[in-house]
Amino acid sequence: MKILDDTIAAISTPLGSGGIAVIRISGPHSIVVADQIFSAKTRLTEAESHRAYFGKLIDPDSAAHGNYQNSGFLDEVVVTVFRAPRSYTREDVVEISCHGGYYHTRRILELLLKRGCRLAEPGEFTQRAFLNGRLDLSQAEAVGDMIRAKTELSLRAARSQFQGFFSERIRALRQQLLDTCSLLELELDFAEEDVRFADRSEIQAKLASTILQVEEFLESYRRGKIIREGAKLVIVGKPNVGKSSLLNALLKEDRAIVTEIPGTTRDVLEEQLSLGGVLFRVVDTAGVRDTDDRIEREGVNRTINQVVEADVVLFLFDGSEEFNHQDFEVIQQVLQVRSSPESQNFVAAINKIDLPLLIDKQEITGWLPNSPLVEISAKNLMGLERLEAALLSVAFGKEGVILNGEPVVTNLRQKEALERALSALKLALENLARGLSAEFVALDLRNAMDCLGEIIGEVSTEEILGNIFSKFCIGK
Amino acid sequence: MNLKINPDDIYDVVVVGAGHAGTEAALAAARMGAKTMLMTMNIFTIGQMSCNPAIGGLAKGQLVKEIDAMGGQMGVATDEAGIQFRMLNRSKGPAVWSPRAQCDRLLYAQKIRQACEQQPNLDLRQGMAVAIEIENRRVVGIRTETGSLIKARAVILTAGTFLNGLIHIGEIHYPAGRAGEFSAKGITECLVELGFESGRLKTGTPPRLDGTTIDFSKTEIQPGDEPPTPFSFRHETIEVEQMPCFLTYTNSRTHEILRKGFDRSPMFTGRIQGVGPRYCPSIEDKINRFADKERHQIFLEPEGRNTTEYYVNGFSTSLPEEIQLEGIRSIPGLENVKVTRLGYAVEYDFFPPTQILASLETKLIQNLFFAGQINGTTGYEEAACQGFMAGVNAVLKVRGEEPFILDRSEAYVGVLIDDLVTKGTIEPYRMFTSRAEHRLILRQDNADLRLMEYGYRYGLIAAEDYRKMTLKRSRIETALEELKTCRVSAEEINPVLEKIGSTPIVDKETLYNLLKRPELEIYHLRKLSRVDILNHWGDRGWDAVREQVAIAIKYEGFIHRQNKSAERLRQLESRTIPQNFDYLSIRAFSAEAREKLHKIRPRSIGQASRISGVSPADISILLVHLNRPAAQRVSRET
Repeated sequence: MKILDDTIAAISTPLGSGGIAVIRISGPHSIVVADQIFSAKTRLTEAESHRAYFGKLIDPDSAAHGNYQNSGFLDEVVVTVFRAPRSYTREDVVEISCHGGYYHTRRILELLLKRGCRLAEPGEFTQRAFLNGRLDLSQAEAVGDMIRAKTELSLRAARSQFQGFFSERIRALRQQLLDTCSLLELELDFAEEDVRFADRSEIQAKLASTILQVEEFLESYRRGKIIREGAKLVIVGKPNVGKSSLLNALLKEDRAIVTEIPGTTRDVLEEQLSLGGVLFRVVDTAGVRDTDDRIEREGVNRTINQVVEADVVLFLFDGSEEFNHQDFEVIQQVLQVRSSPESQNFVAAINKIDLPLLIDKQEITGWLPNSPLVEISAKNLMGLERLEAALLSVAFGKEGVILNGEPVVTNLRQKEALERALSALKLALENLARGLSAEFVALDLRNAMDCLGEIIGEVSTEEILGNIFSKFCIGK
Repeated sequence: MNLKINPDDIYDVVVVGAGHAGTEAALAAARMGAKTMLMTMNIFTIGQMSCNPAIGGLAKGQLVKEIDAMGGQMGVATDEAGIQFRMLNRSKGPAVWSPRAQCDRLLYAQKIRQACEQQPNLDLRQGMAVAIEIENRRVVGIRTETGSLIKARAVILTAGTFLNGLIHIGEIHYPAGRAGEFSAKGITECLVELGFESGRLKTGTPPRLDGTTIDFSKTEIQPGDEPPTPFSFRHETIEVEQMPCFLTYTNSRTHEILRKGFDRSPMFTGRIQGVGPRYCPSIEDKINRFADKERHQIFLEPEGRNTTEYYVNGFSTSLPEEIQLEGIRSIPGLENVKVTRLGYAVEYDFFPPTQILASLETKLIQNLFFAGQINGTTGYEEAACQGFMAGVNAVLKVRGEEPFILDRSEAYVGVLIDDLVTKGTIEPYRMFTSRAEHRLILRQDNADLRLMEYGYRYGLIAAEDYRKMTLKRSRIETALEELKTCRVSAEEINPVLEKIGSTPIVDKETLYNLLKRPELEIYHLRKLSRVDILNHWGDRGWDAVREQVAIAIKYEGFIHRQNKSAERLRQLESRTIPQNFDYLSIRAFSAEAREKLHKIRPRSIGQASRISGVSPADISILLVHLNRPAAQRVSRET
């Protein structure tokens, strides 16, 4: 018997900082998918079961990206293949031991999801172990009791104000959809009645408003991530523009405790500092420019990787010189990897304003029209407050720093469900605009409702599979 | 027909009640070859339409088409007795089109009675069942009010509103199943004694008018569709002179008059205990709940061709007599109207349907089946489809075969029964298209393609009808294939496209892709004659083929999505749970889930997950226990 025949993936080690982390994949395609991002002497498809292989994790998309010879290198890892049925779930299982760190492991996980894996529900590996007859009766009994305990635990968690507020908001959102859906169903099931049917523009407006709210939630995932993990700030600029001295100035200004922690690729150092109560993880880059030098090129590639992952990119310019080719190159390099407007969380700063100002500001604003521009002197600690405010506002968007009690999407599962709801809603809106009849629009609205229902545990007929075993904790 | 019963005879199936559920049950059972008796309290009211003189309507029309596709009688009788045919929701997509027909009330009942009388293996009998005879929790027959025992291997109860029926008109109330008919006593008490739980529901009906006193010039006329579309797949066309309905409205004076009677309304004084249908409220309820609404629409529907009586749809009421009369005369067109029959409310017993299995057999008593209003539904169509399914299942049970259960993803009938047995109901249950999560594929137009196979398998569909359906199916498949491969050039097709204002093509394109354009119909391509489907204009059966092909192409994406989700649902339905599963011994369930699972005894994981109060965690526990492997221990290798 098999009711779940897709391939699932999840981070199997506890969240938080740890030296290493394990990402587990289970299902018929687990070996093929892992093989796509793993580079070593042996292909995983030919790997022996129960044997560890050392190799590199590569993001093939990023590697294919090209221009600046980005290798797509993510991490050095050890991968073990467990072939069915000799595995925990009795399916083909792949375990990737990689370096720890919340963001880094998420990135690998998302790579797997992009390649067709489905994010495992909490406890789904264990579920599969049961379903495939891997556990015996006494174990099953014990786990049965465990599930109940987990449920009550999660219930208690849900009762905390924060969680309660979040569910309440999702519930309200679902209610909005229910209302919109009812308007459509009214037309379908009560066409003969003498009631006023909502006109299309009214329904479109309602839908558009719901979409905005879902987008806000998704945005809160990004902001929530920043709150938990800190905002990754990457400073870019031509050599000798004052990046290091700015970093030192910022550190001095906030009297923050500086710690050095290994970065995700271990060669890049991150400094942590607190600005306005928010943790920033600052990466001082090697300088971005086109180069033929092999060693330097390696550094540049790393910088590009950092820029891709940054929550905020700070462009630093030397105010005592004219805007030159090197400045232009830096901007171009960054814009190449962050070309969409929503990815342009940029701040521009002109340094060295203690010296006569020679740079033409319009050159900068011409290239970075929507980014705040501040003038500073790292040397004299001038303008640092303005810079701090600009960084915070860019990191958190228009609404500013998260308010106490604001509902925040905190986990990937919720984020995924919201993303699915969003695309269903957009489809509904599109079909509405195309003038399709209500039953087609209702189909997507119901989908969206189901997605939201998943988050708050309200089950509907179609999404049962996804909700089965949701009260299990992840891993064994 | 044999009215003399040999006391030694044992019937395979005895059906108690000859309304829409009972007649379908009896006909299905007899057609499957079972020796069947249909018992009714009044042989003149077989197939009686107790309320509005119409069959079908939104979602209900789909139900009729479905039982018709499986060999039911309702669609055939509707075509025979119909006096006005309309396809509702035509402005929307094909999935929510629903046929509806006004019927000649007397003719409809007559056609149903004829079908029963002419049916081999089926005996009609007038009488009242007062008790169910049981041996070892299995039904063995029924006891009539004259004391005789009719032996049966299976009994189907389709008592409608007759069990302890109580009619209310203002402050007056008296026992009756329908106005002018006795209510049935004894059965409820007998079942409660056996351990069944019973409840009370309410429904109502409007006054009837003398049509010669209606001033139709003050109303809007509502004609039928021309040409009328038949209900039954067994009829290609119908020729009928259609009768119109008429539309008028209540007004503020009507509402004022009716309000005067509120203090004597059994609805508001609390005299009526039964729960009424929210979706079919009485006029007093509408005025009370929607006080802002200035008018309510009233349909005047002819009761038949050979009568002048009219039915006042939208004016269901149990207000006192003089209030009804005064109120109705305040409506335009009805100023001088004579009322032939008063509106009334009727309360009756029902048995919460969580007490039955998806086969409609009761959980408590083997071989005893319930169908229709006794299960808490309202509507002729809802009753008929349960009757049909109960009839088939009673025979299968007697034969010792597997029950016939339809999935939610294959029929509205499946949705209806699953809702009833899984969720129960606290008000009269009516079908809606929104109850069917797969409604885009559960269409009235494809009921034959979906379900006729079953009817044929159970011997309820004639070989000739089945052959026609398979021919239709293969023509559809062939046409879709041909349209996919037939490519046309710009010069060939652009004149057609330009004529209908569709963008011309540059490169060669398949007809299939072209037909995805909403504005392009198969009919527009008729001159191309390139594939078979573009010929055969006017040939029998080809219009239906073209209809299916057009829907399949134009809604391909949506249909594909629904098919996929239906497939997921079926996987869950295929995970069956043994009927003797011991829920009570599993401590891990929440108390509510344990109790509900124990009571409802879901047949599959899918059904279990639809029970309210059963959480995903409970389902996971259930799965754990269903998947107990052999006691071998497997070491953990990771």
